[in-house]
This record gives sequence, C-alpha cells and structure tokens, in this order.
Amino acid sequence: MAEITSLRTAIEDLVPDGSVVAMEGFTHLIPVAAGHEVIRQQKRDLTLIRMTPDVIYDQIIGTGCAAKLIFSWGGNPGVGSLHRLRDAVENNYPRPLEIEEHSHAGMATRYTAGASGMPFGILHGYNGTDLVDHTNVATVKSPFGDELVTAVPALNPDVAVIHAQQADRRGNVGLWGITGVQREVALASKTVVVTVEEIVAELDLRGPNAAVLPSWTVDLIAEVPRGSHPSYSMGYTERDNAFYARWDPISRSRELFSKWIAEYVTGPDDFSNYLEALDSGTLTALVDDD
Amino acid sequence: MTEYEYSSDEIMSVVGSRQLHDGQVCFVGIGLPSEAANLARLSHAPEVILIYESGTIGTRPDVLPLSIGDGELAEQADLVVSVPEIFAYWLQAGRVDVGFLSAAQIDRFGNLNSTVVGSYEDPRVRLPGAGGAPEIASSAGEVIVMLRQNARTFVESVDFVSSFGFGRSGEGRIGHRGAGPTVVITDLGVLEPDPTTHELHLVGVHPGVEIDQVLENTGWPLQVGADLTTTQPPSVEELRILRDLKERTALAHAGSRE
Repeated sequence: MAEITSLRTAIEDLVPDGSVVAMEGFTHLIPVAAGHEVIRQQKRDLTLIRMTPDVIYDQIIGTGCAAKLIFSWGGNPGVGSLHRLRDAVENNYPRPLEIEEHSHAGMATRYTAGASGMPFGILHGYNGTDLVDHTNVATVKSPFGDELVTAVPALNPDVAVIHAQQADRRGNVGLWGITGVQREVALASKTVVVTVEEIVAELDLRGPNAAVLPSWTVDLIAEVPRGSHPSYSMGYTERDNAFYARWDPISRSRELFSKWIAEYVTGPDDFSNYLEALDSGTLTALVDDD
Repeated sequence: MTEYEYSSDEIMSVVGSRQLHDGQVCFVGIGLPSEAANLARLSHAPEVILIYESGTIGTRPDVLPLSIGDGELAEQADLVVSVPEIFAYWLQAGRVDVGFLSAAQIDRFGNLNSTVVGSYEDPRVRLPGAGGAPEIASSAGEVIVMLRQNARTFVESVDFVSSFGFGRSGEGRIGHRGAGPTVVITDLGVLEPDPTTHELHLVGVHPGVEIDQVLENTGWPLQVGADLTTTQPPSVEELRILRDLKERTALAHAGSRE
C-alpha cells in the first residue's frame, strides 16, 4: 500500500545516486516539483528516462545530476531547443551526457513491454532510418507469417516519478486528461513516487480518459499543489505558456541558468517557496536585467 | 480580384489546408501543420478528423495549441487515449490517412532529418530528435511535408534519416505501410516525388516566385515538372479565417501562469 509522505522524504528514499529514474507526463502533469527536489538534493549519476525531456530535464541536466538520458524528443514545446541539454550533448557541459534515443512509439512500446513483464515489445517503424544504427533495436520476423517488425527492449526503471490530480487517503491515485505513458511507466518501474495536486477523501475522476493507479501499485505519495508548474494539471491549473517562452533565454546562458537555479530551486526550501518567488515576478526581472 | 498581401507562412498554411478534405483522418504536428489542418477544419473541411500524438482524437481546438498536449486539445476531443494507444491502435494499425511532418532537413528522396546537423557522435547542432515522426512517416496513408526551402534545408543527402521517405538512394518504401511523402509544401512552391525514381521534383510555384529562385534554394539539381502550375493565391476568405485563428491564439497564449 502506498504511504503518504513529504516530497523530500520520497526523493531521499527512492532516488539514490546512480539510479534509473523515469519522470513522465506528456506535456500535461509533468512532475516538476519532484525534479526540483532531485536538484535540491544534488543527486548524481542518474540515468534519466523521459519521452519528452522538457524544461524539467533541461534543469536536471544543466545542474549536472545526470550521466545518461534515454528519450525521444528533446525540445522546448512550441518554443525551440532545450539549451542545457544541447550544451551537455554538444559541449559536454557541465559534464558529458550519454544519450540513447528512440521514437515516441519506440519509447511507448518499451514502457508497455516493461509494464507487461516482457523482455521486448514490437512495432512498425525504424526500418531504413539511421536510428537503427544508433540505438538498441532489432528486426524480427513474425513467427506466424513473413512480416518483419522492429523489436525494442523493455524499460524497467528503478523508480517512476509522476504527478497526478488526486490521491485518496488510502493511496489510490487518480489522473485524467492527457495521461501519456504514466500507467505504463508506473507498472514498468520497480518503485513509484507520485506527487498530487490534492489528497482527497474520495477520488473525483471528472475529466476525459480518467485512470486510477491502485494504492498497492504505488510506493510513496506527496501532496504538492501546482507541482507540475509550468506544465499543468487539468482541472487544477493552466499551462504557463509564457514561462516556456521565458525559459529560452535562461536556458541559453550558463550564467543566467545558474543564477536562476540558485534563486528558484536550490535557494527555496521547497516547491511552495519556488511558486512564491515566481509569483513575486522576479523571474521576469532576472531575464530583463541581463 | 482585389490586390492583397499575404506572408510566405500564410501561403504555406493555405496550400497545406487545401490538401485535406472531409472525412480524412489527419495526424497533426505543432506549428504550420497545425495551422494548416485547423484552417481546413474551419473552412472547406469541417468534418476532417484531427489527431494529435498526445492521444487527443477528433479534436476541435478553438485556438492553436502551443504544445502537442495543451489542455484545449483534450477538452475539445471526441476521445483522449494514452500515448501507447495512439501510436499502436490508431497510427500503426493504419487508421490515419494523412500525416503532416516538418523537419530540419529533407533530401531529394523525401527522407527527413530532425536529429542532428553534422555527425551523430559529435553533432554541430543537436536537434530535438525524432519524436512521433518516424512512425507517422512509416504508417500514415500518405505524408504531407511542410518546410521552408533553402539550400540548408533542402539537401542532397540528409545528415541523419530520422523519418524514412524513399531511402537514401530512392529505393522505395521497403515494406513501410504508407505511401510516404506525396507532397512537399514550401514557401516557394510545391514538390512531389516522381512515381518511378521517387526523386522530388518541382510541380508548382507560388505566385511571384521564379523557377530559378527555387533551383537556387535547393541543394540538388532539382528537376522541373513538365506541367508546372502556379499556386492559386490565398483567397480573402482563407486569409480571414487563418488570421482570426492566429489572433485568437496569440491572445490566448499571452496569458501567463494560472
């Protein structure tokens, strides 16, 4: 059964240095508060897995917590590049970052195989692309016919970290809207940390595509209101599109990035202080001054 | 017809939108493809079915999404499914008629690069990566590519094949289910693959564009089709709908947190 605790304890307990961590959330429900806590605790040598690295992994990579990234699309959605990710890959700054990349369908299939306890999953694709020579896939023939398909290895992270709208007091987790690969990553991983907008007496699954992760599939739950900012939690918060645009100049500059992390992540004690600092508007000032 | 001005982005979106018709199932990406697909839906093809890779099916956003997973897409969708499901049951199973793609580079055989400029091991520019594109290129019934044309983007051979067109030597579809890129829409004109050699050739130019201009902005000796056409300019109505959409979008995205 899941235990309700603080985010600090959850990350201390389940994200040791060197672990393989998958923080998922497809644009929606990105576990940003948990990412900040990883930075605050100065984790090292992590293998990070995520389909769309987004601002959250740009920050974790930029602070040197990661040794490897497994991903399928590493951009700032609707804005451009993740410049901390690029600096790591192009210039080994602040440390070299090994990468392993797939397509979205490949990653989704890998998580599904992991959740199913299968050694690999299959899909149509990759055939004829240069991904074949630069990542871990194999072409296999159907045992029931002549069709050739691509096999991709299962993903079984040490820990899945996701953000959801709600958990009840028994630890059942409810999420809805765009649910991405969260069920798959939770069931594929050895342990599961969930941050939620709200802990409620009874789950109130009020949006499209509602899903439940039963308490016995989850390890630790922490209540972190607005914990997906600048992503969003349908029914609770809106996506902060302006933040994504403002992230671009911060991410481009090593100095500005370090200042930003000191002021907004390692400076504050927790995510609520980060949100207070953001709400005071100094983020804009930081960028405009430079 | 009265004289009026339009931008190169606008003519790309308008030409893209004209490719779609009612009843088609269209897998959409962010940017110009999203503009084109929604323009079609708001003008001549109200029954076109739009799918975004975040799992939103049959969505009718009032404003253009900034990201592939904006709440607007989920709220306006017929149904929302998980990411594994959208790629397996809906895309790879063959339920998508048309996929829209863009890229950093395209080559003469319609292969697309969205991974690196330079070598993979030591890239000059690390691009975001393949994302959903490889399986759209593989499994969609056909692919419409939208990409601004210059000698850096239209290259003899891409630095990395992220999404398969017709192969590095134009060998064809090598077992992929969809037909591959059937049309490439640029800011200068329209290209299509030759049915036999699979090499992209110029079939249309936009109003005011000279053939030489297209040739100069292509990194291989571009063949010009015998029946070269001139694109019908955007109509007043097409531009009005597109500009209204973009204005609504700008207003909606100007709002900041919460």
